[in-house]
Amino acid sequence: MFSVPLLIDNIDALSRSDALKDKILPSLLAGVLGLVLLYGAGFAETAQLHNAAHDGRHSASFPCH
Amino acid sequence: MTVVIPPVFLAIDMFNLSHFRMILIPALWSGLWAGMLLTVVQSIQVIPTLLQAEVYEEQAAAISVHSHSSSKGAQTHQHEAESWQPQNGWERTAYTAAANISLAVGFALLLGAASNLRGGIGHWRNGLLWGLAGYTIFFVAPSLGLPPEVPGTEAANLKDRQLWWLMAVIDTAIGLWLLFFSKTRLNKLLGSLLLISPHLIGAPQPDVHGSAAPAELANTFIVATATANAVFWLALGSLMGLFSRKNQVIKK
Repeated sequence: MFSVPLLIDNIDALSRSDALKDKILPSLLAGVLGLVLLYGAGFAETAQLHNAAHDGRHSASFPCH
Repeated sequence: MTVVIPPVFLAIDMFNLSHFRMILIPALWSGLWAGMLLTVVQSIQVIPTLLQAEVYEEQAAAISVHSHSSSKGAQTHQHEAESWQPQNGWERTAYTAAANISLAVGFALLLGAASNLRGGIGHWRNGLLWGLAGYTIFFVAPSLGLPPEVPGTEAANLKDRQLWWLMAVIDTAIGLWLLFFSKTRLNKLLGSLLLISPHLIGAPQPDVHGSAAPAELANTFIVATATANAVFWLALGSLMGLFSRKNQVIKK
């Protein structure tokens, strides 16, 4: 008697954990990695990094100086 | 016999590694190629204007140092001159290429992360649309308030401009997402509001507008960067589509 709703609940839980594994967590990891790269090349204030990436930053219209 | 699964494998099982690879590998290749393309386009039409503006900036700095004025521009310039910077010519171009490729891989990872939530890009034509969205989010929206500037332009406080830039980028990204992917009218309305809100608030402006370089040079620079970034983003998006597809085919 309870089997049908129970099954539906289980499928729901399963697809939710699949979405987490396949979509949300890989996207989160890739997104964080992307932000780290953008920060380093586009925003980090170390003089060396700023001067090396200077022309790229101006061209990408990042607030520079 | 009981099989003991080491905790490391349990942690890996927490998320799908092959899906992460399906974002990472295309992002690395697309970033590399689009970054190199950007460097070529830039060196043809952006860098010449930038170098011209630098001559004006150096002249202005020399004059203000000579007259013992403590203008902000001169201070910044001197501070930069003290630390290492690449020599003009091949060295400078090489560092710009490295910066462009890093930025491109970073942008490609964000593009891959966002499109993975929607089931991936899959085709270069879809990639063009994702690229167009990236161009709108990271170039058009922030540039409406803070136009691309040649060196030696008076500008408001750096931290304030960075904050506004970040707000414009985040608002535009969420705004476009809601506008295109949400199903309810209320969410679409909210998306539209987010798109315009940074411009209603307004970008921080300097007390006095001015530039060492003439106004035409500043305008040429805006057109040049707008073109270069459009080419870059469309290339990045379509390459992501192309490489994601290849990656999926190989996987099969």
